[in-house]
Amino acid sequence: MRKQASNSFYAYLRRDLLLSYRRLGEAASPLIFFVMASTLVPLGMTPDLASLAKIAPGIIWVLALLATMLSVGGLFAGDYQDGSLEQLLISPQILVMPVLGKVTAHWLITGLPLTLVSPLLGLMLSMPEAGYLPMMASLALGTACLSLLGAVGAALTVSLHKGGMLLALIVMPLYMPVIIFGGATVQYGIDGLIWTAPLAILGAMLAAAIALCPLAIASVLRLTSIN
Amino acid sequence: MGHPSLITIENLRFERDDTTVVSCDQLHLDVGEILQVEGPNGSGKTTLLRLLTTALQPSEGTILYCGKSIAQCRLEYLSDILFIGHQSAVKLMLTAEENLLWMATSELSSTAVLDALEALGLAGYSDIPCYKLSAGQQRRVALARLLVSDARLWYLDEPFTALDRDGVKLLERCMSDHVSSGGAVVVATHQDLDVQGVRHYPVLGETLLRACP
Repeated sequence: MRKQASNSFYAYLRRDLLLSYRRLGEAASPLIFFVMASTLVPLGMTPDLASLAKIAPGIIWVLALLATMLSVGGLFAGDYQDGSLEQLLISPQILVMPVLGKVTAHWLITGLPLTLVSPLLGLMLSMPEAGYLPMMASLALGTACLSLLGAVGAALTVSLHKGGMLLALIVMPLYMPVIIFGGATVQYGIDGLIWTAPLAILGAMLAAAIALCPLAIASVLRLTSIN
Repeated sequence: MGHPSLITIENLRFERDDTTVVSCDQLHLDVGEILQVEGPNGSGKTTLLRLLTTALQPSEGTILYCGKSIAQCRLEYLSDILFIGHQSAVKLMLTAEENLLWMATSELSSTAVLDALEALGLAGYSDIPCYKLSAGQQRRVALARLLVSDARLWYLDEPFTALDRDGVKLLERCMSDHVSSGGAVVVATHQDLDVQGVRHYPVLGETLLRACP
């Protein structure tokens, strides 16, 4: 019996989760980066709670973005080096489903833990309580967008030996809308405004990214494998 | 002309940066054949195999599968081939069994996987992460795919790398079993194969090749 398209989604999701489970230290480093970098903010700027509260939403969002970007670069690197990517490209299936499986695994390993620990950072930067729920909601949707967009960059730079900086240059402009509406969601929540409005736009971006990014990743991977 | 050949190559050329890497005027591969692609280093053996697996697109010419262009029957063709390249696609953090289970294109039972690993002399190693295995054992894990696959066409690029003498014999037996049960093999190697009915195909890089007998 041949594997169904949905099965190849689960096969890659399960495999990537298993691989990160075997290398927990590596998988946890974006999260550790996120927490450690945010402890630097009060040290470097000011321990004054009122000033920290003002910049907290922006800081948390920027750090979440950087943590995602640093980890997404390796998304296809391992598969490229050991030949799995070539096997994937010549396998008789639609490339989109395995790609989506891999990106989902990446979000579960980075985006979801970042979302779950973000209240801790909120507390540390004395963010008003009204901002916690909007922050978690916006990070949950936003980091999924970041994983999808980052994966396009990772696919573009997979065959380069040191593509890290190039990846950042490619991906950062794409991340701008996400951080604008993500930061706005938290700020609206703190100011007592209707924060579901920017959140809805973030949701719309995620819907578009789920529909379009796997297609882009699949065709980029085909292009990069040619040489 | 009766039945079309399993694989027919017509005027295939692959160019990179204005140099012809592979050029193949005519080549037929029929069921029951083992084709050994030979040539010095850098003569384009791997490129020819990658063209056959559709990982590379030819600059000119076509590859026909059962008389149809492989671009037209891509999925059908891809589900009938198995490619094992220089990079074995074995995930070092996974065990041999996990590697085989996820690499297979069809649903596999755990016993089928264990049988394949046992046949390749890896009994008792199935639940050990592959990074703990030797290079030859890792190669055997990759080659175990041959036994659990139902693909008719095998494309093997230097499959004997790191294998010991027993491993070489084992692989030769796998190949002759496969072709006698209706398959075909294209293998790129410098080693002399101890299998009956091997046809040799020299690849000469830039030189234009004449048709093979």
